Amino acid sequence: MAARFDKLFHFHGGLRLPGHKDQSTAMAVVPARVPPRLILPLHQHIGQPAEALVQPGDRVLKGQLIGRAEGYVSAAVHASSSGRVVEVAERPVPHPSGLTALCVVIETDGLEQWRQRDEPVADYRTLDPSELRNRIRDAGIVGLGGAGFPTFVKMNPGAGHAIELLVINGAECEPYISCDDMLMRERPADIVAGMAILRHAIGARECVIAVEDNKPEATAALRREVQAAGDATVQVVTVPTRYPTGGEKQLIKVLTGREVPSQGLPADIGVVCHNVGTAAAVYRNVLDNEPLVSRFITVTGAGVAQPRNLEVLVGTPIADLVEQCGGYTDAADRLVMGGPMMGFALPDDALPVVKTTNCILVASRDELPPPQAAMPCIRCGECVQVCPADLLPQQLYWYAHSKDFDKTQDYHLFDCIECGCCAQVCPSHIPLVQYYRFAKTEIWAQERERRHADQARRRHEFRLARLEREKQEREQRLRERRKGAPQDTKKAAIQAALERAKAKKAAVGNESVAQADAGEPSTSAADAADKPDSKENA
Amino acid sequence: MLTPVLALGLLAAVFGLLLGYSAIRFRVEGEPIVEQINAILPQTQCGQCGYAGCRPYAEAIAAGEAEINQCPPGGEAGIQALADLLGRDPVPLNESHGEHKGKRVARIDESTCIGCTLCLQACPVDAILGAAKHMHTVIEDECTGCELCLEPCPVDCIDMVPVREDISTWKWPFPEDRWVDIAEAPLRQAAR
Repeated sequence: MAARFDKLFHFHGGLRLPGHKDQSTAMAVVPARVPPRLILPLHQHIGQPAEALVQPGDRVLKGQLIGRAEGYVSAAVHASSSGRVVEVAERPVPHPSGLTALCVVIETDGLEQWRQRDEPVADYRTLDPSELRNRIRDAGIVGLGGAGFPTFVKMNPGAGHAIELLVINGAECEPYISCDDMLMRERPADIVAGMAILRHAIGARECVIAVEDNKPEATAALRREVQAAGDATVQVVTVPTRYPTGGEKQLIKVLTGREVPSQGLPADIGVVCHNVGTAAAVYRNVLDNEPLVSRFITVTGAGVAQPRNLEVLVGTPIADLVEQCGGYTDAADRLVMGGPMMGFALPDDALPVVKTTNCILVASRDELPPPQAAMPCIRCGECVQVCPADLLPQQLYWYAHSKDFDKTQDYHLFDCIECGCCAQVCPSHIPLVQYYRFAKTEIWAQERERRHADQARRRHEFRLARLEREKQEREQRLRERRKGAPQDTKKAAIQAALERAKAKKAAVGNESVAQADAGEPSTSAADAADKPDSKENA
Repeated sequence: MLTPVLALGLLAAVFGLLLGYSAIRFRVEGEPIVEQINAILPQTQCGQCGYAGCRPYAEAIAAGEAEINQCPPGGEAGIQALADLLGRDPVPLNESHGEHKGKRVARIDESTCIGCTLCLQACPVDAILGAAKHMHTVIEDECTGCELCLEPCPVDCIDMVPVREDISTWKWPFPEDRWVDIAEAPLRQAAR
């Protein structure tokens, strides 16, 4: 078993990029101060937005649920500190669109007063996997590597997926970002404990923590921790530094030599992959009953005076963080959330950081030069050489550019991980990833419209059928009333009256004939009045 | 002389039978053209084309009674798809049927609504909820934006509102129109 990861594999393509990580790893991580205002978007994850549970004026405690998860793929949102809700409104959120979304704004009181916390669980092994999943769902934990997929969903691979291997992803391959590195150095015990909980929940036989070989301190810290635990089925493996090794599918390929099927999930080949930050958050939740309210964030780039990592409350405005890192330098040119390869620009620094924010990069003009004008594609094939998903970027570009979306799907557009390698090497400076993102969102929009149209068609057809049925029923009633019905009931009434009269005659005998005759008319009249209804009901 | 004629005749008969059998045995049930046209139409059921709904219009196109440019909600993209399907040249939208607008949904001003149920009867997809003398409301997810409820409303309390784009429905712009790049936006510091 121990020999299993002695031999590593390669994924296709990728790039060796200058790391720039040393800038931000010199200083130890300290908690960032509580900002006067926290802005908590209700949609910080993949899936449905959470539903607000608080109103302006409410007092909230740290860790209190303020947004309930809506639907299955969704995540809860908690107050990151204690204070008073001042606003529940549409505010700009950190998103490439620059659109607004519903946010809860909390004016903090600086007391950091926790909500009532249950007794910590002494031994997580006493909890069964579904109980663990529920806890992690209620804690609002999402993938902290960047995508923000709700963690509990990944912990439920479904029937027919036996999980062999749990991969804890500490590769952190994108330049400038060092928050996972610092977490591994400073909190290795949390990561290893979180991994054990995740493993218990999914029933994986083996565990591996993968770290790129440019983080020797992190590897050493984790190794010490794993050795102390003394579990032979857990290994810390160093993988070669190459962008994008931190991609889930790329890392699995490096470790196991196996490929995740096109448009499939790692669970399809018996692997589940979680980020180191997610593992640490799981540990804190299960053992300390803390929801996800803070995380490690790298604040770096030539645009900040003292680049470093901070433990930040979710919802803290970026300006606050930059201030704690010594403020902007004169070189500050652009503000990027994420790294230089996959991040996106932010219009201003009043925006808050969210659960998925791993890095705030304040870049100088040298670090992120302005884009050069795109030239025509010369079909040199450089992009094919570096594509880590083994796609044909030039073909995808060709069809996305001509808006032939069916063809882009034939060329597996949705296997593109948007790592940006192709655009990085393109000698014509074509913004290739922008074309893929454009094509992906166009296809999703078309699918939404198609579903909506199908729904409308079904509803319209149902309405037509209903109107037709109602019309027929009305006609039927009318026919019955107009023609057959009245005569039938009359006849039946007379018949019934006659029969009753006969029966009475027979029963009472000759003496009371005169009396019975007198009573007869009223009875038959009442019968006649009853009859039509009973007939119709039948 | 006779042998080749017989041989060829026999071959012809054998192949004829084989082909005839396969035509019946391996028959492919093609989707009728009306269904294919209907699948392209946007299903708003608005009747702007002059027919009672999308399906009747699809039938009219299939029968050659209607042009392919009578559907304003489908817009140019719809006309292009119909032209591709039917092997015709795309033609510009016939403006006499209306103009192509963005997706909108009906919204009832609930303080003005008198509960007359007229809009309920007009809605082609049963997307309005209500009862006599009770306030009505539009189920936004089901509304196709056909505007058929506007006309019958006696108190004019229905408005068409554009569907708001949010971060889950937002689309990346075409890079040649607008390039959203990390290198595009200059840093703006919050006022302090």
